[in-house]
Amino acid sequence: MASKVLQAIYTDDDILMEAVKSVRANKYHIEEVYTPFPVHGLDKAMGLKETRLAITAFLYGIVGLVVATAMMNFIMIEDWPQNIGGKPSFSFIENMPSFVPIMFELTVFFAAHLMVITFYMRSKLWPFKKAENPDLRTTDDRFLMEISVNEKNHKELTDLVYNSGATEIKLKDN
Amino acid sequence: MSHYEAPIRKPLITGDKSYHDVTLDVVRPVEGKANKSWWIVFSISLIAFLWGLGCIIYTVSTGIGTWGLNKTIGWAWDITNFVWWVGIGHAGTLISAVLLLFRQKWRMSINRSAEAMTIFAVVQAGLFPIIHMGRPWLAYWVLPIPNQFGSLWVNFNSPLLWDVFAISTYLSVSLVFWWTGLLPDFAMIRDRAVKPFQKKIYGILSFGWSGRAKDWQRFEEIHLVLAGLATPLVLSVHTIVSFDFATSVIPGWHTTIFPPYFVAGAIFSGFAMVNTLLITMRKVSSLEAYITHQHIELMNIVIMITGSIVGVAYITELFMAWYSGVEYEQFAFLNRATGPYWWAYWSMMTCNVISPQFMWFPKLRRSIMFSFFISIVVNIGMWFERFVIIATSLHRDYMPSAWTMFSPTYVDIGIFVGTIGFFFVLFLLYARTFPVIAQAELKSILKSSGEKYKKIRAEKGDDAPLHDPYKQEAKPDFTNEFNK
Repeated sequence: MASKVLQAIYTDDDILMEAVKSVRANKYHIEEVYTPFPVHGLDKAMGLKETRLAITAFLYGIVGLVVATAMMNFIMIEDWPQNIGGKPSFSFIENMPSFVPIMFELTVFFAAHLMVITFYMRSKLWPFKKAENPDLRTTDDRFLMEISVNEKNHKELTDLVYNSGATEIKLKDN
Repeated sequence: MSHYEAPIRKPLITGDKSYHDVTLDVVRPVEGKANKSWWIVFSISLIAFLWGLGCIIYTVSTGIGTWGLNKTIGWAWDITNFVWWVGIGHAGTLISAVLLLFRQKWRMSINRSAEAMTIFAVVQAGLFPIIHMGRPWLAYWVLPIPNQFGSLWVNFNSPLLWDVFAISTYLSVSLVFWWTGLLPDFAMIRDRAVKPFQKKIYGILSFGWSGRAKDWQRFEEIHLVLAGLATPLVLSVHTIVSFDFATSVIPGWHTTIFPPYFVAGAIFSGFAMVNTLLITMRKVSSLEAYITHQHIELMNIVIMITGSIVGVAYITELFMAWYSGVEYEQFAFLNRATGPYWWAYWSMMTCNVISPQFMWFPKLRRSIMFSFFISIVVNIGMWFERFVIIATSLHRDYMPSAWTMFSPTYVDIGIFVGTIGFFFVLFLLYARTFPVIAQAELKSILKSSGEKYKKIRAEKGDDAPLHDPYKQEAKPDFTNEFNK
């Protein structure tokens, strides 16, 4: 038998939060919640793990710094050292102060862009990607919770969701 | 759920707005038709843009000799306009990044437009160095490409090259920051669209945003980290622009105060431009409930503070010129204030130092018309500041026989006017096709900062339920579905 989900639609973020808490307290599994705006504390209430994107940004920043340093060392010191205005470029460390601006810029460049690209890949966002929110109103003012449901628990779960203030309840194949 | 906010804080969203009202107010300019005044302003901007484009084509095909530059003044309007536009382009990221780190909720109704303004202004700024190259099709020579390809590697000791990296990083990171924030709002327009063409376009623009809880968690983390990265970035950009001058040995340019002084000036002019655009936009697009008097007052305070910092910098420069004992430096500053360009210097002083001081008076900084007037004055003053620094420092150099004046040709003027036209063309198109307020973010503060909910809390206490009454559909029974 195909697995089914119960879709409960709420009209308010506070009611949704209470509903999420009560569904979790009753040991049901929340598949997904779609909201029109970031509801603070929802990720914790749902038991989502913390995102590690900030860590990737830090690592990408280090990559940017290394790339900038290696590039300028190769170009200015190794490949074609020049004597510019009586300031010869034969030592990286002596020339480093004038490389600082670009070392900084490339650190930011790599950290920002690669982190955002990682986010787009992880959250499956790109042009021509089809949206997957099950109800069009979830980008406006409705909040939709999907809970996995089966033959045995559907009655109790419907009761629970109804009592938590869901305005519409639907059953969908997952 | 507590949405408590101190009652002393003025509401940031006035009127009885619900989540759905926010949606409707934000999509109205996109779904509605343009009115007459939009078409008039758009046509004027388009003509100015085309005129500027003609002047650019003339410059590139004939040569830089079409400008008013001469042997003594090798840099004038081009770089003045460049610095002016980059400066204006500072407010957007400042509002969305620095104010995010400081958790200033009032940024949410203005950050989208401020960021759009930033991107459009930096586009204008970027045009000037490229045109000034004379052969813009060789613009890629500024990139670090191997010397077999051209003549030599680029020089990483040069502030002009630092600029290339700073401006391109700033432009691209601002663009990504802006677009990522736009995804949920494009998705909102997509899900409301009735016509298939619109649905398709906004579907592509929204990258298939679905609003899952995990997506939002990442979205918020991304914004926080980008704000952390963009804050030093925005400060670095104008610092590096100021290095173009500060690392030279020209009296009047060779000063260590330039980086902070330029950054303050950039924020000053950027906020003024945000005020110019938003005071107009709130009226034209009926967004008075979101861009309130409170927002304008807060921006005026930023203008007042940064204007005063700029004033202190001007006076410090004068003092340091005298105190240094360097006669060339002393001459440069004396010549600025009392030489043949005295009128430019005193226009700058009046517009940038005196005019923002009016904002000390609450009555004046709360007046919409007065704020609009000052915002224009400030941007005129900031243009003069760059002209004073650049042309006035050059026009009387070490050799009195070379002393001269600068007079712009119609091509100089045409290109400048053209960039203003281009800027407004972009902004007007944006105002009709993009969600001009970050509505998703704004909805997240509606309960804490909306007037409606503040009233409920004032009447019924801080723990009063803040949701509207709702109607439940009859409880369904799914027994049949499972027994199939």
